[in-house]
Amino acid sequence: MGLRTPLFSEHERLGARIVPFGGWDMPLHYGSQIEEHHAVRRAAGMFDVSHMRPVDIEGPDALPFLRHLLANDAAKLTAPGKALYTCMLNPQGGVVDDLILYFRGPERYRAVVNAGTAEKDIAWMQAQAEGRQLNIQSRDDLAMIAVQGPDARARIEPLLPDGLRVSAMQVEPFFAAEDAHWFVGRTGYTGEDGFEIMLPSADAVTLWRALLAAEVRPCGLGARDTLRLEAGMNLYGQDMDETIGPLDAGLGWTIAWHPDERDFVGREALTARRDHLERRDFVGLLLTGRGVLRPHQSVLADGRVVGEVTSGGFSPTLERSIAFARVEAGTPDDCAVDIRGKPVNARIVKPPFVRHGRILVDL
Amino acid sequence: MSDAPTDLRYTKSHEWIRDNGDGTVTVGITDHAQEALGDIVFVEIPDQGREVDAEEACAVVESVKAASDIYSPLAGEVIESNALLNDSPEAINNSPYDEGWIFRLAPNDMTALAGLLDASTYQQVVEDET
Repeated sequence: MGLRTPLFSEHERLGARIVPFGGWDMPLHYGSQIEEHHAVRRAAGMFDVSHMRPVDIEGPDALPFLRHLLANDAAKLTAPGKALYTCMLNPQGGVVDDLILYFRGPERYRAVVNAGTAEKDIAWMQAQAEGRQLNIQSRDDLAMIAVQGPDARARIEPLLPDGLRVSAMQVEPFFAAEDAHWFVGRTGYTGEDGFEIMLPSADAVTLWRALLAAEVRPCGLGARDTLRLEAGMNLYGQDMDETIGPLDAGLGWTIAWHPDERDFVGREALTARRDHLERRDFVGLLLTGRGVLRPHQSVLADGRVVGEVTSGGFSPTLERSIAFARVEAGTPDDCAVDIRGKPVNARIVKPPFVRHGRILVDL
Repeated sequence: MSDAPTDLRYTKSHEWIRDNGDGTVTVGITDHAQEALGDIVFVEIPDQGREVDAEEACAVVESVKAASDIYSPLAGEVIESNALLNDSPEAINNSPYDEGWIFRLAPNDMTALAGLLDASTYQQVVEDET
């Protein structure tokens, strides 16, 4: 048996199919992954993401520490509530984890890290923090519910605590608002507008049930994966990991190279990689033939293997299969993927595939 | 508990087999299997006329989650595949024992059908798995 979130019994009550994920027992779907996916694109859906881990980093050295720890520059965060997406690298330039960092005020930050990597991440952070004046606190006491979709805002508004409602509704995309106990980020992993709500575990069931009563559809990890794939968002462990760095995972935009003198973990290795001749491109693929793209399938061009699918699956919005792939630079747009020994035609496209309910690639 | 009609035969790999009474059988995947796979989005059906061995992988069912091989329960010749699945793979989710059938087979030896699992034995296999 895996770890269970405060909402586990709610998932069981709703008839969820439970699967192991990153050490946790989590809902894969509540009947139909595809219907859950469409609910988020067309109305509103919610995800129990309490398995992800908020980590508070506070103290006089918090900023210099984060500027050393992360490939993106925490110094960009000057407005209260502002969020930053970044990779945390090892000295070889591989990705220890990807995370969102929120600025809560001078010397106060909150990172949200992946479920399966949380313990490793915290140990890594603590090792890097040695000798600095700061406190790293894992917030296992918080639950997390993501509400996503065009109707998310209207559905969530009446359910927020009085002290937070006005500020949360005014919060800009990629910012957060908070009061004493709740923290509401206008962030997400679906390509739709939405909110990620961190709240005391004891309040989670009440909010979940209120959202259910407001006709917000419960969605599992299955829909979360197809939504993030359509939205062009990477998944740790598939698209990047400790051996695959941000430059090889389409995440070059998250690296803050300037100022030059900022010394962050992995900088030297990344710089060498950047100047390396045999660069690979991280691209989107649209399958034009029949079938489903899956991780580790080979990408073919001119009859030879030129790359590999990293994340792939069926896109419910496009009703076609889509993927991310790492390919040799210069691979022609019209290529193929080896699906069970047969080459099936595919086309290189630029992610995201879908954003705010709209298809962004030519079918 | 998923449905397993008593007039069908089954395999441990979750295919069902219907005796058509004319020397042919129809093959599909069970209610339990479709439920475990989740939303089915693509089916690779076998070509008509293909000779298959017992337990040979001859079709692929892809759900949103994963690809699964479908095995022929008996040796014989594929005489028809369900073309409906090309456009409506979800028929397997909606109607696993009827509209969602996958292929029809002319077995080399119809008596081998009796060696496959009956419904209650199959249900036991499912219970042992879960």
